Amino acid sequence: MGIEEKLPSGFLLTTVEKFAGYARKSALWPATFGLACCAIEMMTTGGARYDLARFGMEVFRASPRQADLMIVAGRVSQKMAPVLRQIYDQMPGPKWVLAMGVCASSGGMFNNYAIVQGVDHVVPVDIYLPGCPPRPEMLIDAILKLHDQISDTKLGKNRVREIEQQEREALAAAPTSAMKGLLR
Amino acid sequence: MPELPQVVRGFGVTFRTMFKKVVTEQYPEEKHLFPPKPRFHGRHQLNRYADGLEKCIGCELCAWACPADAIYVEGADNTEAERFSPGERYGRVYQINYLRCILCGLCIEACPTRALTMTNEYELADSSRASLIYEKQDLLAPMLPGMLAPPHAMAEGTTTDDYYSGRIKGLGVVAMDTGDAS
Repeated sequence: MGIEEKLPSGFLLTTVEKFAGYARKSALWPATFGLACCAIEMMTTGGARYDLARFGMEVFRASPRQADLMIVAGRVSQKMAPVLRQIYDQMPGPKWVLAMGVCASSGGMFNNYAIVQGVDHVVPVDIYLPGCPPRPEMLIDAILKLHDQISDTKLGKNRVREIEQQEREALAAAPTSAMKGLLR
Repeated sequence: MPELPQVVRGFGVTFRTMFKKVVTEQYPEEKHLFPPKPRFHGRHQLNRYADGLEKCIGCELCAWACPADAIYVEGADNTEAERFSPGERYGRVYQINYLRCILCGLCIEACPTRALTMTNEYELADSSRASLIYEKQDLLAPMLPGMLAPPHAMAEGTTTDDYYSGRIKGLGVVAMDTGDAS
């Protein structure tokens, strides 16, 4: 994003990486994107009993311009998909997406023409959270796992190297059609 | 005595709240203090008999009951040389897609041998769709002391009835038939 992307790799960059990761995960502001029943659990998580403020994310921003994390809570209909994409595009980077609940993650029990079968068809998802709806503890658990991902985020040269590594792995990986698991 | 102004009286609520018990659950640090209710629908578990044989008979009733089509079962025949469960068949492939599963418990109601039950484990979030499809080895109950990993033969001189009515108490340990079906 800024000057930290231009740093030479080495001791300085890893220190800045650690600091940037810590700063990014400590004040992760979610965008309000409640679409269905999962949003009720999301609101509970922000409330007094579960208190997301303990992780520096009590402010659910109504404007995507001030948000870092989009919690997609609920089933995404085909009609909502472009809206969701637009909200995502309006968020300033670095940004993350949490697919909350089975409907956002894969379509869940709504395997029909009206529902997008997984929000990862529309936006890149960083963490999937099963449950229908997930209890607030599950959401906090997913957020903490996302925090771990964020604090390990690479910058600049290291990030370029990481992307190349992922690219190589993706090319070498077995295609989905060849993944049989225990099947015969 | 003159009444305090409204603005000041409002802070009385703030002051009193300081002496109230804190309602916030410190989730990741103190989660042992707030366990889910015993009947909470969490991750599934494929149970075993006391001697380690699997309870699943591969009948696919759970997959039929599932409203979200999250379960995939493929049964196979037990042979005398390779026995995984008492009776004819066992579940060779057992997959639950946790990105479809709504944890409703209809599969548990459908299961005729109580092979499939639910645990209270709920921390399932993961970063890829593939890793949230749980295979049989992820779902099987852990081996307790006294169990022997299948495949192995049924206990000497027992029939499937002894297994189904719970008379197997351990590896080769069969309870005496007392007549009642408990």
